Amino acid sequence: MDILITFLTGYLPWIIGVLIGVPALLAAYIIGFEFVIRLLPQERQGWVRPWVWVGPALAFVAVFLVYPTIGTVIVSLEDKQGNFAGLLNFQHVLADFPTGDGWISIRDNLYWLILYTGFVLLFGVLLAVLTDRVPYETPVKSLIFMPMAISFVALGVIWTFMYSYQPPGAPQTGTMNSLLTTLFHAQPITWLQDKRVNNFALILAAIWGQTGFAMVILSAALKGIPGELLEAARVDGAGEITIFRRVIFPLMMPTITVVGTTLVIFSLKAFDVVYVMTQGNYETNVLANKAYLELFTAFNKGRSGAVAVILLLAVIPVLIFNMRQFRTVEARR
Amino acid sequence: MSVAQERLSAPVAKAWYAPEQLTERISGLALHVAIIGITVAWLVPTVGLFVSSFRSLGDIQASGWWSALSPPFRFTLDNYSSVIQTNGLGTALLNSFMITIPATIIPTTIAAFAAYAFSWMRFPFRNWIFLALVGLLVVPLQVTFIPLLSMFRALGDMTGGFIGNGTFPAVWLAHTGYGLPFSIYLLSNFFRALPSDLFESAEIDGAGTLTVFFRIILPLSVPALASLVIFQFLWVWNDLLVALIYLGGTEQVAPLTVKITSLVNSLGQGYQLLTAAAFLSMIVPLIVFFSLQRFFVRGILAGSVKG
Repeated sequence: MDILITFLTGYLPWIIGVLIGVPALLAAYIIGFEFVIRLLPQERQGWVRPWVWVGPALAFVAVFLVYPTIGTVIVSLEDKQGNFAGLLNFQHVLADFPTGDGWISIRDNLYWLILYTGFVLLFGVLLAVLTDRVPYETPVKSLIFMPMAISFVALGVIWTFMYSYQPPGAPQTGTMNSLLTTLFHAQPITWLQDKRVNNFALILAAIWGQTGFAMVILSAALKGIPGELLEAARVDGAGEITIFRRVIFPLMMPTITVVGTTLVIFSLKAFDVVYVMTQGNYETNVLANKAYLELFTAFNKGRSGAVAVILLLAVIPVLIFNMRQFRTVEARR
Repeated sequence: MSVAQERLSAPVAKAWYAPEQLTERISGLALHVAIIGITVAWLVPTVGLFVSSFRSLGDIQASGWWSALSPPFRFTLDNYSSVIQTNGLGTALLNSFMITIPATIIPTTIAAFAAYAFSWMRFPFRNWIFLALVGLLVVPLQVTFIPLLSMFRALGDMTGGFIGNGTFPAVWLAHTGYGLPFSIYLLSNFFRALPSDLFESAEIDGAGTLTVFFRIILPLSVPALASLVIFQFLWVWNDLLVALIYLGGTEQVAPLTVKITSLVNSLGQGYQLLTAAAFLSMIVPLIVFFSLQRFFVRGILAGSVKG
């Protein structure tokens, strides 16, 4: 009941105001300016109009992406008092190779980059090809894709329960440890604390969540391969495996590349799963989490900035690759 | 991702059966077993949590979720009622809506304006600006937090706490900025594919820019707009990082993701409540997902560059 009252008094006016106010404001902007433009001489109109239409978007992008990126690069070069400090923050973050905090984070991100990207692509291709051959394809794909709709927070809770641990001898309540003890008669593992396995445990959870993403895109690419091509290969006596290797795989390669680059970006930005499941403890502190902790628990802007800049440098190859891809696609239009 | 889009519309490959031979029958059986096995394995984590959410703390600590599937059945709704009543999940649910709805409407509208200009107007540096947007698609958000936090602190002082850190408008604006490169990219790809004769004949008939936009482009783009709205909605609804940064620990405005994360850290062994909390947070995305899956998948196909 209380909730209903809070809702009616505290939220409903806001929601209505926002639902009506925000679109009204945006419509007023574009209609108002269009009205002003019509008062201009004909030859000026074509010059002003585009900037009115892209203006808000460019302003937002400039304020929320371009300006702060430059600002962070500057902050990463300053000490706590805001004086120029050169690469001092980077020196601190990258101290003590290979056991320093920064290097552990970089190592963790490399695990993510290789294992997460690799396995999501592998499972994605596998599931796309397998499900293509059965009549109940749609429901199966839907169920595997479902984790994409939920948050990484919910995913983290789901997998925290999967990995839960009881001491040896006690009945295991976590699915993973139960499988381990009953099927393999092994000792239970503290999946999230044991430094030998915890990074892989986190990555497994993320793979479970994102395989559907790769599968759906790759499956669309697979359906685009003309049936006659496969028929022709079959008539020529090629086996299913040869067809996959020589026909399907090469034709899917451009899509695999696109999905792969997206996954590389995801892997570098990995944050939520780690933050929810281990808070970055026990050597699972990926760069994104480290940037957060430096800012909000260590209150060290410079170092947080330096970690963020390292992250930025890591995505630059993908950024250049994407821009090149885009230009070649544009050139073909 | 226009490649995948084009391919999606191409004819569907036929299933590859020639079921005469016995070996093929066997491999067919193996295929079914493999697919059903994988699907079941994929469902286990979610089902496990779902079953757990109806069990009492004692039961959860004493045995695994699978033992609840055999008699005696002892299911309870206690976890749900207590997490809503004592842990403030209801407020968090409302907050999630308060954050997500404007943070979906604003970027979609602004992106539609911009995409129209990028697709059908000529202006200096147009292609260069668009290329820069493609580049910005992959920029990690971490690189924007420190300056924006100071900016919102200053804005908060100026506006008497209306737009500052820990307020809804701050998250709306941040999500708008972060979501725009992708939104513009997705909509531009769609707008550009519309046939140009449509606008030319409308312009000959004397229709102005506004008429073309509101009467021709928007109605024709409903599928693309729907994909974008769903995509952005789910993205904001499921977001933890942006809310964590700009809303911080402010309890009254925390959305579900932030609330559940703080429960993870604070509940410790009382954590059977988390099962119910996680499920409550999944209800809205799952309804959106299962009812509008078609549009969601199209959005993913059209813009898999987003991170």
